Amino acid sequence: MNALRRNVLKGAAGAGTVAVAVAAGLLKPTQALAAWNKAAFEAKNVGDAMKGMGVSAPADSKDISIKAPDIAENGAVVPVEVTSGIAGTTSIAILAEKNATPLIGDFKLTGGTEGFISTRIKMGQTALVRAVVTAGGKSYTAAKEVKVTIGGCGG
Amino acid sequence: MAEPMRIRATMAGDVADVKVLMNHPMETGQRKDAKTGQLVPAHFIQEVTATINGKEVLSANLGSGVSKNPYLGFKVKGAKAGDKVVVNWVDNTGDKNSAEAAIG
Repeated sequence: MNALRRNVLKGAAGAGTVAVAVAAGLLKPTQALAAWNKAAFEAKNVGDAMKGMGVSAPADSKDISIKAPDIAENGAVVPVEVTSGIAGTTSIAILAEKNATPLIGDFKLTGGTEGFISTRIKMGQTALVRAVVTAGGKSYTAAKEVKVTIGGCGG
Repeated sequence: MAEPMRIRATMAGDVADVKVLMNHPMETGQRKDAKTGQLVPAHFIQEVTATINGKEVLSANLGSGVSKNPYLGFKVKGAKAGDKVVVNWVDNTGDKNSAEAAIG
């Protein structure tokens, strides 16, 4: 009992050790789900996240509209709605640019689903919320700034 | 995960408006427990799929940046009242849940 407690304390002293342990613990279940795009979701910046999704240099588009509050009082719950007016939209990805891991979700739309996704996201700080839309093999993007007064990532 | 998932699907013209509310803590793995100071392990939904009458209409990969008790709304053209919507999710621990509803 005491030895265990000591180990736990030791772990806490070296925060890095804990992080590594958590990461190691995470690896197994993640690998079991092959379809989950680990590279993109664990990317620490927008460029790497897009690379992970196989998106490069998306074109700015006025046909994508992002509905989100200008100021979010609670970063833990920020309602975001993305509507793509681009014909043949097959996927919509949502990113919060300054989150520790910017990619929030990647939604593949098939069989008559319209270019629309509504969800609620966490934001660590004021940042651009970016939507990346894929239509006909091409990528398009749009962004909207959301000011966050209380972050939602640290708890 | 015994907590149920709620689905509401309604027709608006020829488009089905589907709203899903999942019960899940969506831990990022970056938050510290206030009492112990230890990091709370990541625990979040990674994959969500939705079908209407057995035909896939949405397949999503989610990250830990989705809010607790995730809400998801989408619109499907060509669906009819009475069609069966089924939503499944799988989280990073391999836990899964499924729910179904008829479009009303």
